[in-house]
Amino acid sequence: MSPVNDIATPPQKLYEKRKAVFPKQIDGPFRRFKWLVMAVTLAIYWITPWIRWDRGPHAPDQAVLVDLANRRFYMFSIEIWPHEFYYVAGLLIMAGIGLFLVTSAVGRAWCGYTCPQTVWTDLFQHVERFLDGDRNAQIRLERAPWTISKLWKRLRKWAIWLAIAFLTGGAWIFYFADAPTLQRAFWTGTAPMVAYGTTFVLTMTTFIFGGFMREQVCIYMCPWPRIQTAMTDEKSLIVTYKHWRGEPRTHGLKKASEEAAPGSEAKFGDCIDCLQCVQVCPTGIDIRQGPQIGCITCALCIDACDRVMGQIGRPRGLIDYATEIDCELEMRGEQPVPVIKRLLRPRTLIYFGLWCAIGLAMLFALGTRTRVDIAANADRNPVFVRLSDGSIRNAYLVKLRNMQSRPRTMTITLEGLPGGAMWRESETRAQAARSLRLDVPADQVLKERIYVVAPAQGPAREDFVFAVQAGDSAKEKAQDDESFVRPEVGQ
Amino acid sequence: MTDKKRIDAPTGTQTVGHEWDGIEELDTPMPRWWVLTFYATIVFALAYVVVYPALPGLTSATKGVFGWSSRGELSKTMQAEAARRAPILSAIAATPIEQLAARPDLMQAAIQGGSAAFKVHCVQCHGSGAAGSAGYPNLNDDDWLWGGDLQSIEYTITHGVRNPDVAETRTSLMPAFGRDGILTATQVQDVVSHIRAISGQEKASASSRRGAALFEANCAVCHGPQGKGMREFGAPNLTDGIWLYGGDRETLTRTVTDSRRGVMPAWSHVLDPVTIKMLAAYVHSLGGGEATPGLAPAAQPAAAADAATGAAAPAAAGAAPAAGAPAAPAAAQ
Ligand code: SF4
Ligand code: SF4
Repeated sequence: MSPVNDIATPPQKLYEKRKAVFPKQIDGPFRRFKWLVMAVTLAIYWITPWIRWDRGPHAPDQAVLVDLANRRFYMFSIEIWPHEFYYVAGLLIMAGIGLFLVTSAVGRAWCGYTCPQTVWTDLFQHVERFLDGDRNAQIRLERAPWTISKLWKRLRKWAIWLAIAFLTGGAWIFYFADAPTLQRAFWTGTAPMVAYGTTFVLTMTTFIFGGFMREQVCIYMCPWPRIQTAMTDEKSLIVTYKHWRGEPRTHGLKKASEEAAPGSEAKFGDCIDCLQCVQVCPTGIDIRQGPQIGCITCALCIDACDRVMGQIGRPRGLIDYATEIDCELEMRGEQPVPVIKRLLRPRTLIYFGLWCAIGLAMLFALGTRTRVDIAANADRNPVFVRLSDGSIRNAYLVKLRNMQSRPRTMTITLEGLPGGAMWRESETRAQAARSLRLDVPADQVLKERIYVVAPAQGPAREDFVFAVQAGDSAKEKAQDDESFVRPEVGQ
Repeated sequence: MTDKKRIDAPTGTQTVGHEWDGIEELDTPMPRWWVLTFYATIVFALAYVVVYPALPGLTSATKGVFGWSSRGELSKTMQAEAARRAPILSAIAATPIEQLAARPDLMQAAIQGGSAAFKVHCVQCHGSGAAGSAGYPNLNDDDWLWGGDLQSIEYTITHGVRNPDVAETRTSLMPAFGRDGILTATQVQDVVSHIRAISGQEKASASSRRGAALFEANCAVCHGPQGKGMREFGAPNLTDGIWLYGGDRETLTRTVTDSRRGVMPAWSHVLDPVTIKMLAAYVHSLGGGEATPGLAPAAQPAAAADAATGAAAPAAAGAAPAAGAPAAPAAAQ
């Protein structure tokens, strides 16, 4: 440890002010890819709720709808009921494994390209550059005193940010109700309070996170950087500065050419310390200090550096996507393994296999599921009632689920329980029978209290089955195992 | 452990100044917005202490500037709930009970309200599932002492059973045949044999044949010549499978010897008519309710009860009058 370190130092500040970042405009393959991702993700977000999907007269015609009030989730031809939430759980697991897969293969690609925080921050920064000019102009404006013109420029920027934020927050609510109806209600002031509240909260978070917090969200608030750092390994692609090639740095092109001058002893690396990589970085870090938590691997520094390398006539890729292991190979002067080979390794293949297996299992389950279900709940107080003719009556609350969006007639039948018969609470014992026909409205649960009567002779607990069959399809059936309870002998 | 703060060279950040086995901790400064947010929460906490009841005193906590209390909030909720229920309750009050069935929404509300009131006033004797016990009738079955249609049930709840101070009360007094010396002990056994024979628990015997004649002379006036009972007198049907006190020889012997005179309070002294009406609707809905005599079948409750299952119903427990209500009635002997 150097003695310098032990010199008593002035007390440190309690907090650190955010150092404003003014990322510079850059063009290049990665930037163009980011443009594409931004366009696609924003389009998906804004357009999805407006896609219509005809489900007949008994169900909403919005293609993607999370109907919280009626507890249904619609996604094109798929309709999920609350008790089928495992499909959603399955999707979440797939998303999780997908993230493992992507992260183990290409590092923090989620952060760099698709995370909403990244996309909206990027969008806000474009607005900023469009209005106030590129990096240098922005820095000048920031340092300038508060004049009318600066105030106007700031208000103009904030207004546009707010407008984007409002469109963002406002679009969210359309996923939870019929979009055209809600939109009309929204503007006429008749939408539910929660719609306005949600829009307000999301507008403000978008405005603040995209406009002012930016990289602070990634560095201090978001758990992903910690998790993702743990999920990458020495074979994951990360954005790396190849220091063995870049160092020692020189300042500027001229110095770099000194090396070539006859008789020169100087030996310089490729990095000319132009700081382009630092200036384009949306989180304001210097990738040349090595991999760090602030790097969201947006690859803009690669674009910037490649451009510089082109200008000074050096091969591209001083900063590049590379795996740690290949870096070491390269450093030793050996040939790195091609990227595609690096991607195909047991870890990624296992993730991919798992991901596909869960997806296929869910598809299979979706394809074979029935849209009818029965669940009976026996009365527990009293468990049984003796009737005047000596027979025993049990009562059940039977729930019939019709999960299709059209009304159906269903038949429930007693299987087992010899001598047993049942009737609906709304009928009388005179109508008792072994099976009942019930009309179940479209996309609803019919609750029926059903009395089952059986002779007193028999086991104290006799198992039987409530079977249900939807009238029009042999495949659409379900059953629920129940027991019929009698008093113990002598009771 | 040394206690020296120093600047850590690679990060340029100061350490907290402690060292444990060579491990040091960086005192990384927090971002400014974080610190400001933290201060904001402190300000919020202070404001909260001023605005809401917060600091405990000896007898109560500070009141807060708005005087908010959870008790006050509860009473507001209760008032709002009472206001919400008022129209339903007055509609139930205005509808004769046998016509409730024609209004499924009212019927449903009445049943749910009755269910809540039952849990407060009736479960002490009839049990929380209304299944009764020896001496306390099971209200779920299809056997009724005084009648099982809506009006009869409402009447029974209103005036009670064997209330000496209520003129309209349901009443009948079975003689204590054995104790009062009307029948000898052997004759009582013969009558019991007869009853057990007609209820299918024993085969006819010499004793039961002797009992048949005694039954004819002493019991048939109330229980009917076939022993099928008579609701005018609350005389139970002796041929069915349901026994209020028990159908075994020992219990029947006691019943015939000493008589049974179960009582039930007249609830009109305690509950308002709407609550009684709702209680009757609830009891009627338990599975044994009978049709109102002379009413078109379509208007009977059973036919209408399946509608509007989701309708909000008043929780009627609150409709009961103040806490001074008499305790549960003394059990029948
Ligand atoms: S660190 Fe978090 S917020 Fe930032 S880009 Fe990555 S996932 Fe998004
Ligand atoms: S260092 Fe490069 S890859 Fe990382 S965030 Fe900055 S510009 Fe993007």
